Amino acid sequence: MLRLLMTLLTLCLISPLYAAEIATGDTTLDAAFEQLLDRNFDVKEQGVAALAASGHPKTGDLLRGILEGELRYLKENSRLVWMRPGADGDHAIDALTGDDYGVFSSRKFKKFAINNTMRGRLRTFAAERELHDPDPAVRLRAVNAMLDDVQPEHAALFSGLLDKEQDPAVREAMSEVVALARLSADDSAQRRHAITEVADSLSPAVRNGLTRLAKNDPDEGVRADAAAALKKIEDKVRLYGHVETLFFGLSAGSVLVLAAIGLAITFGVMGVINMAHGELIMLGAYTTYLMQQLMPDMTGLSIVLSIPAAFIVSGLAGIAIERGIIRFLYGRPLETLLATFGVSLVLQQLVRSAISSQNVPVSNPEFLSGLWQINSVLALTYNRLYIFIFCLLVFAGLYVVLKYTRLGLQVRAVSQNRSMARAMGVRSARVDALTFGLGSGIAGIAGVALSQLTNVGPNLGQSYIVDSFMVVVFGGVGNLWGTLIGGLGLGIANKVMEPWAGAVLAKILVLVFIILFIQKRPRGLFPQKGRAAEG
Amino acid sequence: MFLLRTLKGDHGGKVFLLTLLAVMIAVPVLNGLPADNPLYLSTYTVTLLGKYLTYALLAVAVDLVWGYLGILSLGHSAFFALGGYAMGMYLMRQIGERGVYGNPLLPDFMVFLNWQELPWFWHGFDQFWFAALMVFLAPGILAFVFGWLAFRSRVTGVYLSIITQALTYALMLAFFRNEMGFGGNNGLTDFKDILGFSLQSDSTRIGLFLASGIALALGYISCRALVKSRLGRVAVAIRDTEDRTRFIGYKVEHVKLAIFTFSAMLAGVAGALYVPQVGIINPGEFQPLNSIEVVIWVAIGGRATLYGAVLGAIGVNYAKTWFTAAFPEVWLFALGGLFVLVTLLLPRGIAGLWRRRQESAA
Repeated sequence: MLRLLMTLLTLCLISPLYAAEIATGDTTLDAAFEQLLDRNFDVKEQGVAALAASGHPKTGDLLRGILEGELRYLKENSRLVWMRPGADGDHAIDALTGDDYGVFSSRKFKKFAINNTMRGRLRTFAAERELHDPDPAVRLRAVNAMLDDVQPEHAALFSGLLDKEQDPAVREAMSEVVALARLSADDSAQRRHAITEVADSLSPAVRNGLTRLAKNDPDEGVRADAAAALKKIEDKVRLYGHVETLFFGLSAGSVLVLAAIGLAITFGVMGVINMAHGELIMLGAYTTYLMQQLMPDMTGLSIVLSIPAAFIVSGLAGIAIERGIIRFLYGRPLETLLATFGVSLVLQQLVRSAISSQNVPVSNPEFLSGLWQINSVLALTYNRLYIFIFCLLVFAGLYVVLKYTRLGLQVRAVSQNRSMARAMGVRSARVDALTFGLGSGIAGIAGVALSQLTNVGPNLGQSYIVDSFMVVVFGGVGNLWGTLIGGLGLGIANKVMEPWAGAVLAKILVLVFIILFIQKRPRGLFPQKGRAAEG
Repeated sequence: MFLLRTLKGDHGGKVFLLTLLAVMIAVPVLNGLPADNPLYLSTYTVTLLGKYLTYALLAVAVDLVWGYLGILSLGHSAFFALGGYAMGMYLMRQIGERGVYGNPLLPDFMVFLNWQELPWFWHGFDQFWFAALMVFLAPGILAFVFGWLAFRSRVTGVYLSIITQALTYALMLAFFRNEMGFGGNNGLTDFKDILGFSLQSDSTRIGLFLASGIALALGYISCRALVKSRLGRVAVAIRDTEDRTRFIGYKVEHVKLAIFTFSAMLAGVAGALYVPQVGIINPGEFQPLNSIEVVIWVAIGGRATLYGAVLGAIGVNYAKTWFTAAFPEVWLFALGGLFVLVTLLLPRGIAGLWRRRQESAA
């Protein structure tokens, strides 16, 4: 009996010491942490609730800290601290004030013992706090963190939040949680109602939820509904998959069109086989590289300036080739082919000797990197999107030049009937040079675009020359529309076949297809009609 | 007798064949001299010369279709490589158990790819006669099918050149794939012996050199005979005005197809002799660049002369060997410059210079 009294007395004496084990200077917090240190887990849970309700600005951090085991307390000074490993040992950083108390051995850092029930409560409390955070990014992260472990009671909580939420991305994620929570409702009618609500969603979490219902739900009606909704969603996902393939095809095709459209002018309109066309593309890509070297801090601006610069560089090179070589070889296409091939070898070696035989790095500007996330299954990369738009712009520009300018009129006149055009006073030699320069300049612009997609090296041009000729021949010589349709069509065909045939085989199949196609229609998809078709 | 009739009036051809004969006698003799003799010819050089001879045969094949038929083929290296692969497959089968993995049934690269049995198209290649047959058939059938399709639908001129280029490009991509069963990227190599003779020994090297020389001579004579025949005359008529020849009543497609297929087979033989001498065949041989290089050999030597093609092939390749050793930087400039200068200034090639002098003298 005496002993019992003595023990009680001692306990009474010690308890104030216990109370002082954590001293934060904030009484509400102190009380909550005192409960947290209790041995009884029921009391600890009350402590968690009290901490969550404390209203202290750092509550969220503290809750996460306890959950993740990073929040400790020091016996020495009864402060709550973060344990931060440093070069000289573990530093104790005050959790509330941020003061550094110096290095302590890891035994001095006391942990808060928690169990699984507490973990659940902590997570919920922390998430709830973050859900009210002013930063939408924090809110979105909090919602997404809940997606893995949605409980039926979340439905009410989130529908309340949803009414107040402004940010569209957060709203979408929240409605997903609500839907998922309803999917696991106890009442089968509610579950079936929830299924109709999520039928439009594409998120993987919803799909998982539906799959689970379709397999395991005790109610047969729910199972059937879930399976039907799932099938609809899968169909939609497949559809978006096709849209994505189409987009990839269009962007691959626009690369082909860009590479080929200059050739469509030199080969198509002038009838000159320019095997150095690929190297003119390469010159454009190297111009981009040099522009970036000139202004290393302004990647975006240098790309924009590279477009006219590359046009001029490649265009001048083209005019030089035309004046120096090709004009002596008009009417001898096979010889032109050989001579321009020689030019292409010289240009390649020139780049190798003057710059480097290795690939050179060309960086992508900010606005070309990143994704355009349309929904959870469909994302388009910006660089491919811009290439497609750029290709259309170049095409439109060229079309306008050929159709509505004086130069365009003369080009068409000379290509249709040279002697008649000369008789009408067109200086055909000048027109030839300018046309060739125009086609070559476009090749340079294509080089700027390609520098954003592939490696820039001396062999860049070679890998596009065969493809470019294929596109022009397939589309129909002398027809810009043919080049556009042909290039985009081949790009799409390539990407459609790629999933089941592999990239290389798809390319081979396309080549074989073109070879067979030319057998059937030797003048291409859109043969030139009328006055120019003779000969 | 036949030979004399064929070569009547072909002075260049006579000079070429006599020179070839002289070289074929001299090379083994010089190679047999002691190594310290100043005239000694190393086996390396012999193999190099043998390689040039196979190139010359390829150039003759290209000149036959370009010079006399007007078809600028940018895909002849495909036929060359196919012949090479047929021979390479035979040599591969001859390795037997001496491969790195020591597998008696499968070549090394198939063991490496974890294949269990020999693909069907490899059967028969352990027999030399079968491989030799394939050296003719593989390029021949490809040329026949391709030509049949192309000539029937009257694809001509530049279009034809571009689709021949696409053909060799497609084949290159295909042979790069491991799944094709031709060794993928690495191709076929590590050959040990041919018909039981070790490929490393000097006498085999000399033998291969002589075989290349004989093949070149036979190829030249048969092309010359073909060109002088009625068929050859029709071919020249087609080259100059295809439509008129067709209207006169000749089957233009048949003539083209026959000569194109024959030329492809010659290219295949050249490839088959090339592979044992260089010891490797890989998809790089299909490169469009290679085909175009052959055309420039012919252009430099002189189109439509046949011996000009030989001259161009050996001359350019000698220059290439020398340049790539002495000034590797300059080689592509030189080759590119040759393309431009020859087409602008020497449209009839080196042989043309000689012929012009003859004509002005007459």
